[in-house]
Amino acid sequence: MTQGRSSAPFGPLGVMRNWLRSAPSTAPRQRRSGASHVVSWVILILAILYFFVPLLATFLHSIKPRPNDIPDPTLAYRQVLADEGFFIGLGYSFLAGIITIIISLLIIVPTAYWVRLKVPRLRPVVEFVTLMPFVVPPVVFVFGLIRTYGGPPFGLLSTNAGSDFVLVAAYVILSFPYMYRAVDTGLAAIDVRTLTEASQSLGASWTRILLRVIFPNLRTAILSGAFLTLAIVVGEYTIATYLARNQAFGPYLSLLGRSAPYTPAVVTLISFALTWIAMGMIALLGRGGRQGVQVAGAR
Amino acid sequence: MAEAVVIDERGALPARPARSFGWAWLGLLPFFAFSIAFMFLPTSYLVIGSLLKDGQPSLQNYADLNTGIIPSAFMTSIEISLVTAIAGGILGFLLAYAIILGGLPHWLRTGVMTFSGVASNFAGVPLALAFVFTLGQLGVVTVLLQGLGFNIYEGNFRLTGKFGLELVYLYFQIPLMVLIIAPAIDGLKKDWREAAENMGATPAVYWRRVALPILTPSILGTMVLLFGNAFGAQATAYQLTGGTLNIITLVISSQIRGDVLHNPGLGFAAAMGMVAIMAVSIGLYTVFQRRAERWLRS
Repeated sequence: MTQGRSSAPFGPLGVMRNWLRSAPSTAPRQRRSGASHVVSWVILILAILYFFVPLLATFLHSIKPRPNDIPDPTLAYRQVLADEGFFIGLGYSFLAGIITIIISLLIIVPTAYWVRLKVPRLRPVVEFVTLMPFVVPPVVFVFGLIRTYGGPPFGLLSTNAGSDFVLVAAYVILSFPYMYRAVDTGLAAIDVRTLTEASQSLGASWTRILLRVIFPNLRTAILSGAFLTLAIVVGEYTIATYLARNQAFGPYLSLLGRSAPYTPAVVTLISFALTWIAMGMIALLGRGGRQGVQVAGAR
Repeated sequence: MAEAVVIDERGALPARPARSFGWAWLGLLPFFAFSIAFMFLPTSYLVIGSLLKDGQPSLQNYADLNTGIIPSAFMTSIEISLVTAIAGGILGFLLAYAIILGGLPHWLRTGVMTFSGVASNFAGVPLALAFVFTLGQLGVVTVLLQGLGFNIYEGNFRLTGKFGLELVYLYFQIPLMVLIIAPAIDGLKKDWREAAENMGATPAVYWRRVALPILTPSILGTMVLLFGNAFGAQATAYQLTGGTLNIITLVISSQIRGDVLHNPGLGFAAAMGMVAIMAVSIGLYTVFQRRAERWLRS
């Protein structure tokens, strides 16, 4: 019914997925004229300049400290490693990320499974809902959350636990588009119906089917969705700041950037490395779930 | 399509015929309940608040969008988003063209694609800081150029100004364009080029008459996506400018911190204005995407 249309690529994630699914182009390259070849190299070199100079400059800045005029390139690094706030920030944001991933999976896996198995006609509705974070920018989203849950009758934001809860809930919503895409792609690769019928004929309950049959078969998809979620959550600034979660990694780095001269460069490099690791893991996990495009979250 | 056919042929599970749609949707209840609580309820709060003036239903807040700093904040946001969408779109297209059809070694292509995945996600606070260390008043490149007798701050350039912000946004706009447009360029079939050449088309004619028309919906669609991407960005702008630049995300930030507009309803209306613009851009993107698939599907 709507299966054909709605499984068409939706959004950058869909495009990416379709591209990765299709075999790499084996078409022999056209003979290039020398001029076009040169132009390509020029474009590439300019791009490399633009993209690497800021990273190089950040690195050079991080090794700049000269206490008493004696060069000490590792000083800023040692200061970061001695900074409690750095570890608290990383720890807090990683924990928030992991809880986000768990809640997101508990909601999205059964939902995507159920949509495929029982209610394919609700797929456009579910997809639309998961795409809401693209329509409501983070700053507007957190605005609504604060006004809704800050005041009566909820009053959730007056306690730390309440604010942490709202923060994680917001991150779960932000993770939906990526998680749903990843899990749905994973489900497309396995025969959901046969697996379900086989399990049922062996007497398995729905919970058992989901936990013992569907989840294990989605390992790769789940992991790539999880790493992308982690990359979004750990660097997130806007929502964490306005929910007064100032110990989180994003707000911590922001404050450090205003107050210290050299250590922010170190933390910026670490932040870049973390993004690189998360994307590298997704690439390693292979084709089916490799989705590196993100248009909501930490801008 | 094949999938849909299989489902139809085999029918639903024996115990629950396909017609029992009435209860099946209950399986989606946790998902919908969560989305309503944490996405739709907060958004509705803003919608309702924007439609109330002194407790009475009113459209006055929307009329008031045309007062004070709000029109110029929207205009600056739109301008920055347009500039970075068009510039990022063109530069990203050129880069994608270079790595796919430019005759560069294949490993370079893989490298650029992987890096694009990282750079498109490297945004917000750390990105702003990296540019401060590069082109800020005391940035490494600024100082280096000064040593060569060239002071970039002599003229109008300010990293914390509009142009500076645009320069920084390109760091995630260009890679996003590369990620989305590279597969489309890769999808151009060799047959089309050969057919064009057989009929005597030069490469320039092939590009103008065949390749570009096929790619146009993809290019425009991605540019619309880039527009929305920049329009909703807050963290990068806040860190870079310290909240001094008058763009709409920063107006809303100040409105959250303290009612700087001296009118809560106006703040809600401004937020809804953002949502409306984002909705239009995502909608346009979807339309362009559907058009793009027509040629690039099979």
